[in-house]
Amino acid sequence: MADHTESTPTTSTTESAFAAYAHPERLVSTQWLAEQVEAGKVGGPDGIVVLESDEDVLLYDTGHIPGSLKLDWHQDLNDAVVRDYVDAEQFAAVMSARGISRDTTVVVYGDKNNWWAAYALWVMSLFGHEDVRLLDGGRAKWVAEGRELTKDVPQVAPLTGDAAYPVVERDDTPIRAFKEDVLAHLGGALVDVRSPGEFSGELLHMPDYPQEGAMRGGHIPGARSVPWARAANEDGTFKSREDLEAIYLTEQGLSPADATIAYCRIGERSSHTWFVLTHLLGFGQVRNYDGSWTEWGNSVRVPVEQGAPK
Amino acid sequence: MTDTVDLPPAMREVADDFAELTANERLQLLLEFSEGLPELPERYAGSLDSMEQVHECQSPIFLAVEVDDEPADRPGDRAVHLFFSAPPEAPTTRGFAGILHEGLDGLTVAEVLAVPEAAPYQFSLGEAVSPLRLRGMVGMLSRIKRQVALKSQS
Repeated sequence: MADHTESTPTTSTTESAFAAYAHPERLVSTQWLAEQVEAGKVGGPDGIVVLESDEDVLLYDTGHIPGSLKLDWHQDLNDAVVRDYVDAEQFAAVMSARGISRDTTVVVYGDKNNWWAAYALWVMSLFGHEDVRLLDGGRAKWVAEGRELTKDVPQVAPLTGDAAYPVVERDDTPIRAFKEDVLAHLGGALVDVRSPGEFSGELLHMPDYPQEGAMRGGHIPGARSVPWARAANEDGTFKSREDLEAIYLTEQGLSPADATIAYCRIGERSSHTWFVLTHLLGFGQVRNYDGSWTEWGNSVRVPVEQGAPK
Repeated sequence: MTDTVDLPPAMREVADDFAELTANERLQLLLEFSEGLPELPERYAGSLDSMEQVHECQSPIFLAVEVDDEPADRPGDRAVHLFFSAPPEAPTTRGFAGILHEGLDGLTVAEVLAVPEAAPYQFSLGEAVSPLRLRGMVGMLSRIKRQVALKSQS
């Protein structure tokens, strides 16, 4: 990963509350964002672009942060046919349609503790977008603080010609792991961020119920069980660096120097943990295995371990 | 969908309404269903544990099914009543529930049991909300039918 500590033309203040994190410029507070909205710095050709990325595809339409635009993880970031992300042309089109150029400061927020916002941020990182940040606490915190929501959808003139978002090939290697990579990594550091029931293998046996499940329950051998929510406070904000280190380093024995792979069920909750390890704790080589349990638990002859966390 | 799927008349009407719209308008109609989902009656309010959680939906949604006692000799003709609880921050899930309520509430046991499993795919929502999310509605329908079958046996 490149060093992202440089300041940008639109925002230069690193908020002091985030200063202890490895890459504090990756987070913004609701207060800071509200000030940007108030100052008219959201939207417009040189402004910050704020994207709402939710699990629930209708939530944006019920009301959103003024000036924000909808980015749907499923419709906008996934290929419609192959289980993969959009390609370079599609990604450029998604960005251009929202008035985003390569050097735009993008702030992403969403529901469910920013799962899908973190996922969107991670996908944007696959394409090497430099300045993309998360709103700490996400949509829920903004709403809980009684801040303004609007149903007005901004009219954005898509960027075209020289101004359009460049077609940049996705580089999966540094931050995305495929099944083969995980097999080669066995014995290395793995973080399973699902619930304890999913980890142990108990949760996959619900007769008569259709579900997007897996043929086998359990976890990838050697994985540490650290449910994603342990990284979050009650209000959805991230825990302090000290508290995060107590969990991931002291308790789980993970090290920022080790290559680490995080996974969940389809890769969204593990994007949240990928963000924590990479940007808050400064791990140098974290990959998100987005195939996650819906791939691993359905694969023939891959090793599976069952039982409660050790 | 090229297959013709038999739907109860009220559900067919909803499906036809969706079919006439653009993808974006479909989202707006789904939002209207979400906003129009009836409130839980007193007897369920505050007692979600008496309802069944739909695990196929990633958002918390609970449903309850009631089946009339009459006519005693013809269980298939008894009326079915549906109740849903889902938070406002899960509008898509609420919208699915709203469609099922509009399409199924008040039908007879036999009519509900005859609704095809593929019904959720008849609302032209695949493009607007993605097929993955539609699985939530499939789960709701399947649980409703299962409860209706159970509760009409006695």
